[in-house]
Amino acid sequence: MNSETLMKIENIILQRGGATVLDIPEFQVPRGRILALIGPNGAGKSTLLLMLAGLLKPQQGKMYFQGQLVESRADLAILRHNAAVVFQEPLLLNNSVFENVALGLKFRRLKHEEIRTKVQSALDYFGISQLAKRSAKTLSGGEAKRVSLARAFAIKPQIILLDEAFNSLDPPSRETIIDDLKQILEETKITAVLALHDREETLRLAQDVSVMNDGKIVQSGTTAEIFNQPDSEFVANFVGTESILEGTVNSSSDGHMVIAVNGKQIEAVGDCSIGQKVYCCLRPENVTVSNYTQGKISARNIFEAKVSKIIHQGFFYKLTLDCGFPLVAYITIPSYEDLGIAKGGMVIASFKATAVHVIGRKK
Amino acid sequence: MELIVQGIIKAFELIISFDPEVLGITWLSLKISGTATLISLFIGVSIGTAVALTNFYGKRLVISLINTGMGLPPVVVGLFVTILVWRNGPLGFLEILYTPSAMIIAQAIIATPIVMGISLAAIQNLSPNLRLQILSLGASRLQMVWVLIKEARLPLLAAVMAGFGGVISEVGASIMVGGNIKGYSRVLTTATVMETGKGNFDVAIALGIILLLLAFLVNLILTQIQQRQNPR
Repeated sequence: MNSETLMKIENIILQRGGATVLDIPEFQVPRGRILALIGPNGAGKSTLLLMLAGLLKPQQGKMYFQGQLVESRADLAILRHNAAVVFQEPLLLNNSVFENVALGLKFRRLKHEEIRTKVQSALDYFGISQLAKRSAKTLSGGEAKRVSLARAFAIKPQIILLDEAFNSLDPPSRETIIDDLKQILEETKITAVLALHDREETLRLAQDVSVMNDGKIVQSGTTAEIFNQPDSEFVANFVGTESILEGTVNSSSDGHMVIAVNGKQIEAVGDCSIGQKVYCCLRPENVTVSNYTQGKISARNIFEAKVSKIIHQGFFYKLTLDCGFPLVAYITIPSYEDLGIAKGGMVIASFKATAVHVIGRKK
Repeated sequence: MELIVQGIIKAFELIISFDPEVLGITWLSLKISGTATLISLFIGVSIGTAVALTNFYGKRLVISLINTGMGLPPVVVGLFVTILVWRNGPLGFLEILYTPSAMIIAQAIIATPIVMGISLAAIQNLSPNLRLQILSLGASRLQMVWVLIKEARLPLLAAVMAGFGGVISEVGASIMVGGNIKGYSRVLTTATVMETGKGNFDVAIALGIILLLLAFLVNLILTQIQQRQNPR
């Protein structure tokens, strides 16, 4: 195990009530990165998080934290002291916001002054220092979530584990909390493992993704790998069929952007800043395939593409195209026959700038 | 009707004149029931919390037993404590029959299941993830339990009130193990029973009113603590 790995588990079997809920031959958490665990409900995401936090003991298998085998009670205590879990519910105590954020520091028996400074900086990080004296029971959902995040960050953990942390929030506070969390994780370089089930949240926050199903990890990789090269039908269905392209904003004015993707230029709608790293998401039904340029069309993005894969899917064909970047397109059976599409053949792929869904990503 | 009016007048006379005998009885009631409640608080909260936080075979049976204990008839408790501390009984060597100590024991036995049952429900009522959350912030087991008890403080104070209310108003066990000895083991309830039996309704009513006042005052103080405003 190298220093880039913060945690590693091997041959884990975890049973609850006679049923096996985790069965993981190998899994690693890279240091300083943000890893998303995605999968349907009951896949074992939460259980894996609790196990990584040292709160659930597997029946079989080994767990390493910072290169050390976690075995004795003392090892477990070290792990718990260095990990913090943020649950779906805020789980605040009936006390002031300050007292709640100070909780983990008090368990560590720090001096009064030290607690005060650390709580203050955690509150500042999440922009809630004005709430310090408020009763935690009078907070809104978004505020309470910020307090529970601040409480976890206050202890400066090596690893932070978030269980569906944004689920119960209303859309505006969810957006701002995700943005703030992203920034704080970047600044503090704290390793994070997030159980998520929303594609967009995953794309915005995670650098790596592990897909879980039925207690097993079915695929692990970088975010772009998982979304573009699902290696099973299950993963493909779960992550959806959109093409996810990594790019950098080259120019941006009046809501019109040019994004560089693998040396090609994609035009899109939005107002990201120049130089920002983004994902361009494209639904396969929005990609038009033709075999000649039809003169002027409204689509802003026209690329020459090689057909690299053809899959027959009932009433239509799913084409994987290589335009210098991978692109998936759906075409109907008549079009397929009219265009005379063949594997390895050249076609023209086009899509409108408005069809490109742009999501900011981590650097 | 006249009887009641006379009784109320008499009661005020006794209260305002600080009748030493009445004062003594009141103080003893408070002392015995207060001590018994305190004992039941320690035993009830610790066992109630332990049962709530651990999983073991037969847990439901234990909870049912505790809940049944919440309605323990004082006379039955009085009977068993009497047998236990009877001169030839297993605890006879203590020689505490017909003493305030025996009354404290009997009342503590009555109050403990009440406090235990309410504590148990209060701790069980907390979100199960709260325990994991507290542990994940680096708490030791003891720190975790202490935080949970503090978090359940409102229902726990209700448990104290229920326990105290149960024993201050109890008469059966007190009379059986205390003997209602004047100036020694006579409390408000046993005195009320005796005065009623003698036909001294005015004194009995006075004692009854004092008992009600005492219960009210103690609950008022506890409620003040319970409802103390949290920081805004």
